[in-house]
Amino acid sequence: MAVPSELTQRIESFVDASRSPTQQAASLDAITSLVKNDLLTIENLVREMEMYLTTTDTVIRARGTLLLAEVLTNLASKPLDNATIHSLIKFFSDRLADWRALRGALVGCLALLRRKTSAGTVIASDAKGVAESYLHNLQVQSLGQHDRKLCFELLECLFESYSNELASLGDVLIYGICEAVDGEKDPHCLMQAFHIIEVLVRLFPDPSGPLASYCADLSEFLGRYFPIHFTHPNGEEVDVKRDDLSRALMLAFSSTPLFEPFSVPLFLEKLSSSLPSAKVDSLKYLSYCTFKYGADRMAKHAKAIWSSLKNTISNSLLEPTKSFTSESLYGLGFQESEIATEALILLQAVFMQNNDLFLSLIVDDEDISTIFNTITSYLSYNDIPLQVKQRLHVVGRILYNATKTNFASCNRFLESFFPCLMAILELPERNSSGDFCINEEHISPKRLHFGAVYLCVELLSACRDLIMGSGDIAGNSVPAHEACCGMLQRYSVSLTNAFCSTLATGANEVSDYVDIYFRVKGLQILATFPEGFLPISETLFENILRTFMSIISMDFNQTLLWKLALKALVHIGTFVDGCNESEKAQSYTGIVVQSILSLVHSDDCTLPFALKLEAIFEIGASGSSHMLKIIQGLEETALANLSDVYIHGNTKSAEMATQLLECFSKKVFPWIHETGGLEEVLLRFAINVWNHVESWKACNVQVQGKGILDATMVAMKLAVGSCSEENQNTIIQKAYSILSSNTSLLLKESTSILTPIHLEGLQLTQQMDKFSCKDEWILLLFASVIVAGRPKMHIPNIKEILKLFVATFLKGYVPSAQALGSMINKLGPKATEAENSSDYALEEAMDMIFKTKISNSFDNGVLSQCDGTCNGSEMVLADLCLGFVDNRLLQVHAIVGLTWIGKGLLLRGHEKVKDVIMILLQCLLSDGSEGASELEQSLLENTREQDLDLSVINSAADAFHILMSDSDDCLNRKFHAIVRPLYKQRFFSIAMPILQSLIVKSDSSFSRCMLYRATAHVISDAPLIAVLSEAKKLTPILLEGLSVLSQDALDKEKLYDLLLVLSGILMDKNGQGAIIEHAHNVIKCLTELVAYPHKMLVRETAIQCLVAMSELPHTRIYPFRTQVLGAISKALDDSKRAVRQEAVRCRRAWSVL
Amino acid sequence: MTLGLINANPVVHAKKERVARTEDLHGDDAVDPLEIYDILLSVDIRDPEHPYSLEQLSVLSEESITVDDKLGRILITFTPTVQHCSMATVIGLCLRVKLKHYFPPHYKVDIKVSPGSHANEESVNKQLNDKERVAAALENPNLRQLVDECLYSNEL
Repeated sequence: MAVPSELTQRIESFVDASRSPTQQAASLDAITSLVKNDLLTIENLVREMEMYLTTTDTVIRARGTLLLAEVLTNLASKPLDNATIHSLIKFFSDRLADWRALRGALVGCLALLRRKTSAGTVIASDAKGVAESYLHNLQVQSLGQHDRKLCFELLECLFESYSNELASLGDVLIYGICEAVDGEKDPHCLMQAFHIIEVLVRLFPDPSGPLASYCADLSEFLGRYFPIHFTHPNGEEVDVKRDDLSRALMLAFSSTPLFEPFSVPLFLEKLSSSLPSAKVDSLKYLSYCTFKYGADRMAKHAKAIWSSLKNTISNSLLEPTKSFTSESLYGLGFQESEIATEALILLQAVFMQNNDLFLSLIVDDEDISTIFNTITSYLSYNDIPLQVKQRLHVVGRILYNATKTNFASCNRFLESFFPCLMAILELPERNSSGDFCINEEHISPKRLHFGAVYLCVELLSACRDLIMGSGDIAGNSVPAHEACCGMLQRYSVSLTNAFCSTLATGANEVSDYVDIYFRVKGLQILATFPEGFLPISETLFENILRTFMSIISMDFNQTLLWKLALKALVHIGTFVDGCNESEKAQSYTGIVVQSILSLVHSDDCTLPFALKLEAIFEIGASGSSHMLKIIQGLEETALANLSDVYIHGNTKSAEMATQLLECFSKKVFPWIHETGGLEEVLLRFAINVWNHVESWKACNVQVQGKGILDATMVAMKLAVGSCSEENQNTIIQKAYSILSSNTSLLLKESTSILTPIHLEGLQLTQQMDKFSCKDEWILLLFASVIVAGRPKMHIPNIKEILKLFVATFLKGYVPSAQALGSMINKLGPKATEAENSSDYALEEAMDMIFKTKISNSFDNGVLSQCDGTCNGSEMVLADLCLGFVDNRLLQVHAIVGLTWIGKGLLLRGHEKVKDVIMILLQCLLSDGSEGASELEQSLLENTREQDLDLSVINSAADAFHILMSDSDDCLNRKFHAIVRPLYKQRFFSIAMPILQSLIVKSDSSFSRCMLYRATAHVISDAPLIAVLSEAKKLTPILLEGLSVLSQDALDKEKLYDLLLVLSGILMDKNGQGAIIEHAHNVIKCLTELVAYPHKMLVRETAIQCLVAMSELPHTRIYPFRTQVLGAISKALDDSKRAVRQEAVRCRRAWSVL
Repeated sequence: MTLGLINANPVVHAKKERVARTEDLHGDDAVDPLEIYDILLSVDIRDPEHPYSLEQLSVLSEESITVDDKLGRILITFTPTVQHCSMATVIGLCLRVKLKHYFPPHYKVDIKVSPGSHANEESVNKQLNDKERVAAALENPNLRQLVDECLYSNEL
């Protein structure tokens, strides 16, 4: 029989203390699985282990007991019969007396007691036996930490499942537990000890029961730990946090009201300690225990709590904040610590419980009445000494929080304090019949004592918050007969008038900002009382609004007051918008919204236009109904101004229109986008703009500056871009109809693209034939609509429009080129069946653009000079780019157009972009070597021609920048472009090899220079990762690029971008290898850039790069030391401080090499 | 010989609050006293006797520095804490070395103790502004080490 011998071995290996822990664990597992698989019964196991369990060798006995216990732990889910469990639990509970083998006994008891009912559990009498044995035998505090923990777990387990049996033990149990927990220090064990006390207390709820005599002992034990104070450094006790312990202790304290005589004095005592965490804890415990102990017990302590609360709040105030502008500001702006916050929570808690008691405490409080007497002696905020301010703040906060708790306290406080405050302010009350008994005299600000105003505002806001917090505002559930309501009604009129008249223009010079702040706040609160509660009359409400509006329109040089008034108006607007009070809403619309709109209209108002726009937008944002009105008003104004410019030639309106349109683009449209669901507004805007443009008769007003047209285009793009397809279709239909019916643009070029090419070579710089002003507007706005359209937008008559755009971009209209690029980007591939004849596929469009012959309108003999490939008067776009017609400006336009088309292709990942790159590169290299050369030779006498020549090549090089960079104008996600991921990397990997090989092949220095320029664009716009992967090859080209770009001051931004790429390489580990290889050139280049005159950032970055280079391997860079130090010593004399500072750092880094 | 402190209880002044310089991206930043003051305090030359900075001991102030950017001249007047302060020359030497790092060679730096603040005013001034003597002082390894400690103590 193999089993017993194997079993003995296993047992032996577990019991043997010299074996490794893994071996012991393995043998435990093996034995467990034997029992689990029924190869061995528990009885057999026990019989087999007899010797180990009963031997006098304590070590072996302990291990043996532990083995049996561990096996049982692992068998938690295996059903066992009652007899087995009974004998096992008997065994283990006896073993509790054997302190040498205690661990095993504890584990065994726990394992058996924790069993689920389905697998057989310990019967109640046995559990009681365990408890008795436990209380009789165990001296918990003399054990080690782990054993203590097990002991507490055992107790918890007994409480959980066998509480009745434990309860029957009575005094013995309580005494035993007191003894067990007394003096515990380990955080883990303490958590359990606190919990055990909590459940123990729950077991004996009878106040005269066995617990009563032990309450003092238990609360003394708990009190010793209060407040929890960790001396362990952070991080050592990872699993038990201070907060957990504190919470467990709090639950233990609050477990029975019987603790109250002991704990509350303790908390109050600790509240006066100097440790902040003790204060916070005391306040927290007090708030929590207040509920648990009940009103009667707490009433005894009310007075003590009140006085220590008062002290705590006043002592916990920090420095006053400087600014009163932040939204979340309490009282007088003293910063409140956590202590004050907790204290106010406690205040509310005790108020909820013992309302009357605390009410009378506060009303009769001497400190508070002293404050009321003191405030009469100070008029303005600035007159009040800091100490009084502090006390005022405390009183204000206490009153606010206490008033807010419920209506009873609200009534009481208002009754006791409000008349007194009003008396200080000398405000009359309204008599009982409801007539105003005030004489409408001007109320002098002299009477508005700041302290009274402040307390009054606090009371008002508490009252209002209470009402708003009680929910049901609309249902008028708030009883209007509440005393506070009547009180407020009696004074609201005079209070409002007082505030209004002191805020009115001219009265503010004398007052401090804080005074004004509270007057504005008071008005704001009065205006936002719910109607059912405080029926402020229509006239009063309007009066408030008018006061604020007059501040908005007149007092704009008092910035803070202006801002406050605006904020208050926004607040009131939000309130009015939020609740359905139609009368107030009407007067708000009438007074605020309308008049602010008329402010924008009128010129005679002195308020600066930017402030007008700020105010109008803020007020609009207070509610969507206001915003809709405001948008409509603004739109009308903007369009009226536009027409004013173009019909009446009023140039003054141009600036206003531009600003308004910018406001649309920057504020209104983003707001609409955020709010959502307001697309019809966008649609209306776009259509209205089109209608207006259509209505212009022939306008030939020359408006200087493109600002207004640009602003309109941006607004149009944004409006169209945020529309859905349907609305976009509506807009484009409208636009197309205007385009086709109102202009000659489409008709003229319906058959073939006619491009007038002047050959009066020398005067052709600017003189392209211009469209009329209206045609230009229509064309560019149409282009804007196309740019912003979604891919699915249905463009009517695509073919004609494509032709139109080709023709116009050749005239130099860049937006046409951008629109063309957008179209190319968004057109779908060829449909399988021509479902709609007007649907135009991408391939056709490409054919149209690249293959259509462009006829020239000239008919003199110059044609013969063209290359043989283009016959007669017609040539394709590529030829134009390559300059087969001798018109450089046209060539530049062609290249720009081609670039945008190429960008459209690139973004969607079309392979044709390669052809575009090739054409651009040919343009780049056309210097002197291509077909047009002889022609140029003959004309080159003029330097201007030469300049143009250069500009052709430059624009070809810059085309790479356009291709690679993100544009705000078009072809981005906002305007629904189709953007394939990683398109920049793809372009980088297509273009770089071609450029590199061309650079190698190129023999003229000029064309190489241009190639470097193009490459520099590609490198600086490519993602750094892509550049880094080829750093070795690219570094020399990059350096050349830097030196090419540093020639011209105009390229300084590009130079800076490229330098940043170099610094990026320098920072990267792989990149440094490449730099080391070319160290000589890098140093040379950087030392030149240190003296770059046109941009400070370039010099600074170059020096920073040099600092970074000093970290490279010593042997490689040491030879350059003198060179660098020489260059740097010049930089020490730089005109910019930042550069000088970097230079010092750099010099130090290199001089210690 | 006792090695007691020369000035056992110096008067310590509060550090002045700095006004942040407004960034001006265009236009040149001329060298001004504030910049030099910042340089001299940036590395915190400590009075070798006390753990306070020169600013706290009121040895240096912004007003005691004059600059002529066009001619490239800097004049620094410092006030030793006591009349017979033996450290005056060391402090002056530290200031000179520090400025040498920060300005190109064409700047001429004059360092003086403020009139009447030192017992051997004349000889201290002479020692601090004589090129040869400064060079000689810096060749003295002990002195050099003291200066370096003063300058780079908080960089290490």
